[in-house]
Amino acid sequence: MTLAPAAAIAPVRRSGSQRAPGGGLIEHFERGLDAPICLTWELTYACNLACVHCLSSSGRRDPRELTTAEARAVIDELQAMGVFYVNIGGGEPTVRGDFWELVDYATDHRVGVKFSTNGSRITLAVARRLAASDYVDVQLSLDGATAEVNDAVRGPGSYAVVLRAMENLATAGFAGFKLSVVVTRHNVTQLDQLEALADHHGAQLRLTRLRPSGRGAAVWGELHVLPSQQRALYDWLVARGEQVLTGDSFFHLAGYGASLPGLDLCGAGRVVCLIDPVGDVYACPFAIHPQFLAGNVRDPGGFAGVWRTSELFTDLRRPQSSGACASCGHFGGCRGGCMAAKFFTGLPLDGPDPECVLGHGAAALAALDPGAEIPTPAADHSRRERHRAAGATRVPVAFGAPARARGRAHRPVSACDESPLAGLAPPDEPEWARALTPPDRPGSSVAPS
Amino acid sequence: MSTEPAFDAGAPWQLHPSVAVRAERFGALLYHFGTRRLSFLKDRRLLDVVEHLACHPSALDACRAAGVQPPEQAAFTVALARLAEGDMLVPGGPR
Ligand code: SF4
Ligand code: SF4
Repeated sequence: MTLAPAAAIAPVRRSGSQRAPGGGLIEHFERGLDAPICLTWELTYACNLACVHCLSSSGRRDPRELTTAEARAVIDELQAMGVFYVNIGGGEPTVRGDFWELVDYATDHRVGVKFSTNGSRITLAVARRLAASDYVDVQLSLDGATAEVNDAVRGPGSYAVVLRAMENLATAGFAGFKLSVVVTRHNVTQLDQLEALADHHGAQLRLTRLRPSGRGAAVWGELHVLPSQQRALYDWLVARGEQVLTGDSFFHLAGYGASLPGLDLCGAGRVVCLIDPVGDVYACPFAIHPQFLAGNVRDPGGFAGVWRTSELFTDLRRPQSSGACASCGHFGGCRGGCMAAKFFTGLPLDGPDPECVLGHGAAALAALDPGAEIPTPAADHSRRERHRAAGATRVPVAFGAPARARGRAHRPVSACDESPLAGLAPPDEPEWARALTPPDRPGSSVAPS
Repeated sequence: MSTEPAFDAGAPWQLHPSVAVRAERFGALLYHFGTRRLSFLKDRRLLDVVEHLACHPSALDACRAAGVQPPEQAAFTVALARLAEGDMLVPGGPR
């Protein structure tokens, strides 16, 4: 098959006549790639915060976490496979004594690093060092434009810590670091303020969806964006175009009209995955549950073996049934939404998303048998003294010299909101851009990550 | 839409040093560590061209060497121009 090269590359998202003949990239993606484009790697379950919605239920370090040598071996594999970058999170990844060593090792091997942090260790000196590298990107987690809204989720004092980190990065000249927000019903009204906050510091705003994963399962019902707020969120995102990053967070809103920028499919096990602190490989960071566990990097075939031959991933790459969504006119953009969101709310994986814009998800949730068992997120490393009902709790944060000691407490904040596609510039496939992008959308050439 | 900047296929070009290339069954993925953008090549010859640009005195020569036929050249030039627009390619010279 000969492809016209003009149609065959897609450096910018465009509309119009560039449709590539034959299978589109989305089909290639759904069938899976030989290696992930990027993946999430949670380095530790240790964290000093206890954000109420933490997707990885982090808190305490797990004694089985990968050693430095094992982590390096993973990086070697990623390099050999041609993985472009890793989204490093946790827990709070910087609490590992070998964190910077591993970052250097990765970038020396041309595996780019983006790491998520609350910023408690982003001193001016660290910020300067970060600003000097093309291969390292930083993502600060903040869940409200005011301390009141943020700290209710992330813990008292966490707002001030992030603001200081942002100032340090701005002073160091780190342009375009990410300010990452998990959208809730409480901060969805603050999007303009959040954007202004990012702009003011030369950062880029990134919004992600609250999913019922990890500890998020327990608070999802009371925090997720209200059905009455979804339309405004969608309109806001449409108006921003690619100026605001969203990863794969909001394709379930495509039913409102045009697709949003970002990845329009569930890439779990197909183009992304998670390596957790103990080396377990899951289809997606929001899917920490035995059902989505594909293997472990310590297995004889290593990570590559899990990615290429695990039964689970092979299965996910087969054509999926669209079930109750099959007859929906929005399926092309929405694709039934997020697998993890369905799973952890007890909905069938081939039906509508719990936040389906047509209300089918809400109806399906209401129709669930109250006695039916809803899967609980696995690998809970929460601190036992956490008081979930009372909101986020916080243990003291030790600032200053990086703590070398392993183990307990006094560690900076978790990457509570890591998206599997953080930083993934949407694959500007002409085929779906043609179908879904209004011709006049602004910012069509802005890097979305 | 933005206007297409001038791209001189008669001039030497090369991959931006911060761009990583990964061959795929369908062509290739390109990732730019500076702009953090991902692009796709859906034609193996285009991959060949892009990878060997720096070895040729011009983009046109690189295309010829990759077996691009004259009637196809315009389309390849447009593709290369688009890559240059995204900073994936930068002006260069033969080594
Ligand atoms: S977050 Fe949801 S949509 Fe995204 S990869 Fe995971 S399961 Fe799929
Ligand atoms: S019915 Fe399914 S495809 Fe249609 S909007 Fe709802 S979740 Fe999306």
